[in-house]
Amino acid sequence: MMNVIYVDNNATTMVAPEVLEAMMPYFSTYYGNPSSMHSFGGDVAGAIKTARENVANLIGAAPGEIVFTSCGTESDGTAIRAAIESYPDKKHIVTSRVEHPAIKNLYESLSKKGYRATFVPVDGSGRLDIDYLYNSLSEDTAIVSLMWGNNETGVLFPIEEISGEVKSRGILFHTDAVQAVGKISINVTESGVDMLSLSGHKLHAPKGIGALYIRKGTKFSPFMIGGHQESGRRGYDAVSRLRDKLEHALLEKVPNAIVNGDPTSRLPNTTSIAFEYVEGEAILLMMNEHGICASSGSACTSGSLEPSHVLRAMGVPFTAAHGSIRFSLSRYNTEDEINVILQELPPIIERLRELSPFWKEAMEG
Amino acid sequence: MWEYTDKVKDHFLNPRNVGVIEDADGVGEVGSIACGDALTFYFKLDENGKIKDATFQTFGCASAIASSSALTEMVKGMTLEEAKKITNEDIAAYLGGLPKEKMHCSVMGRDALEKAIGCYLDEPEKEVDGEIVCECFGVTDREIERVVRENHVSTIEGVTDYVKAGGGCGNCHDRIQEIIDGIMGKERPVQKKVPTLTNLQKIKLIEESIEREINPTLKKDAGRLDLIDVDGNRVLVRMGGSCAACAKSPVTLKHYVESKLRELVSPEIVVEEVQ
Repeated sequence: MMNVIYVDNNATTMVAPEVLEAMMPYFSTYYGNPSSMHSFGGDVAGAIKTARENVANLIGAAPGEIVFTSCGTESDGTAIRAAIESYPDKKHIVTSRVEHPAIKNLYESLSKKGYRATFVPVDGSGRLDIDYLYNSLSEDTAIVSLMWGNNETGVLFPIEEISGEVKSRGILFHTDAVQAVGKISINVTESGVDMLSLSGHKLHAPKGIGALYIRKGTKFSPFMIGGHQESGRRGYDAVSRLRDKLEHALLEKVPNAIVNGDPTSRLPNTTSIAFEYVEGEAILLMMNEHGICASSGSACTSGSLEPSHVLRAMGVPFTAAHGSIRFSLSRYNTEDEINVILQELPPIIERLRELSPFWKEAMEG
Repeated sequence: MWEYTDKVKDHFLNPRNVGVIEDADGVGEVGSIACGDALTFYFKLDENGKIKDATFQTFGCASAIASSSALTEMVKGMTLEEAKKITNEDIAAYLGGLPKEKMHCSVMGRDALEKAIGCYLDEPEKEVDGEIVCECFGVTDREIERVVRENHVSTIEGVTDYVKAGGGCGNCHDRIQEIIDGIMGKERPVQKKVPTLTNLQKIKLIEESIEREINPTLKKDAGRLDLIDVDGNRVLVRMGGSCAACAKSPVTLKHYVESKLRELVSPEIVVEEVQ
């Protein structure tokens, strides 16, 4: 197998060796049911308690505020459905135009079932139109759900600022923090969110584990699902340095390349770069020949004919949206890998531009 | 990840005949950057009226580039009459097949070829042909009708795969369904499947199905099918018109005629061609 350079960590991540090691005994030796009335099962309950404490510590919550789920999508769905069921008279729900499909599709489906959904727009840098958000709120609003970090561009919304204002109006606030948890410092107690979704496989745990934080006292009684997770917050300074190096050097080496999203408020591991006049799938498959794994827009939307809803909401022109590539790094990426990308990618873009009927025209025009 | 054939990968990674022919005899431009793919196709004829050189420039995904490259290879040495007969299915077949969601890339190749030939013959550039149905990708009812008839597409997803219509906002789905129903409904025999048939009834139903359903479709390609004999579930037919000379007629026979008769008459039907 060719050496793989994995820079698609917003899609999913490698299971960290220490996570795998910590989990292994629970597939074989300690397989008991934590609710059983024997110590064989009870030992597992102890491990779950520890796991819950670890997750709580990661985001500054109390262990009792953590509910395990099977994934980020389930966390999001549980949060939104719980909110609207808790306020059956309120028929207005609010989110943004750049959410992950887990929220986007749920809101679209609810809007066909008698709910009025507001999708708050963003500007060209992917920043939320906060005035639009506040103006949309009313007594009828049941919940506001906004993502903390965008999966495609990495742009961060000012969740702390927004949640304070939303809650002061007596409205529940949920954040999909699947991309943000573990990458930036998060403290739910200080940020004041009511509910927060996170997902294990985005931070080096296996697939099939998610969690939902529900602030104590929130009008909502959750069900519980088992699961184990162990993860720690690691410094992302090194990751962010590699990301910056990749981004700066690509912009320098490749003409007509543009960064999508606000560089002043972004996840430390993500960059979305638009290479004008070429198409993303072609870039990805040519990079694949060199073992470089990245993504074009959101993996969930591949196979669709239109560029990603996030880039369209930002008003990225078509000349650029179709050729946008997302690089999302992890702590396992090395400087050497970044150098390989910097060596292989510019000639790929050049080659595809020579094939493109628009490139010469654009250069002459 | 798409399952591309080795041939698609080869034509994508090593595209043939890239570039511009400055003194081209025919040029065809289709698609746009907004739609996500675009192709400009050039050809030059020799003194005998055969295509001596063909080149392309493509903005698009791997299968768009591979379809364009394949097209330039296929047309070389052909007369314009021969080249005109190339269908999108031929382009896909040359590449060993395309994922169904990518069939629109082969349609783009055929459209560029048609435009380039039209340009050479100095046919007036067609104004928008028909009425726009899909606003997102600018697809007309004529284009949708063509794909339903020629590619035997019978679902909205199928239409989207071939001409992109309906792949954006989805507002045109009802209209696309109407177009499909209009074509399919019109050609559907009144009599549906009958549980058990006497031999006489079966022969009559086969005859009717050929007359009402199959021949009207084949006629669009100037083809025809004659029923020779029915032996139990074996249906013996002769291909006539342009089908007789068409290299693809065995495919038509199995994929279209046989499956139609199985649908309309009996799932046991086997169609065989007699010369």
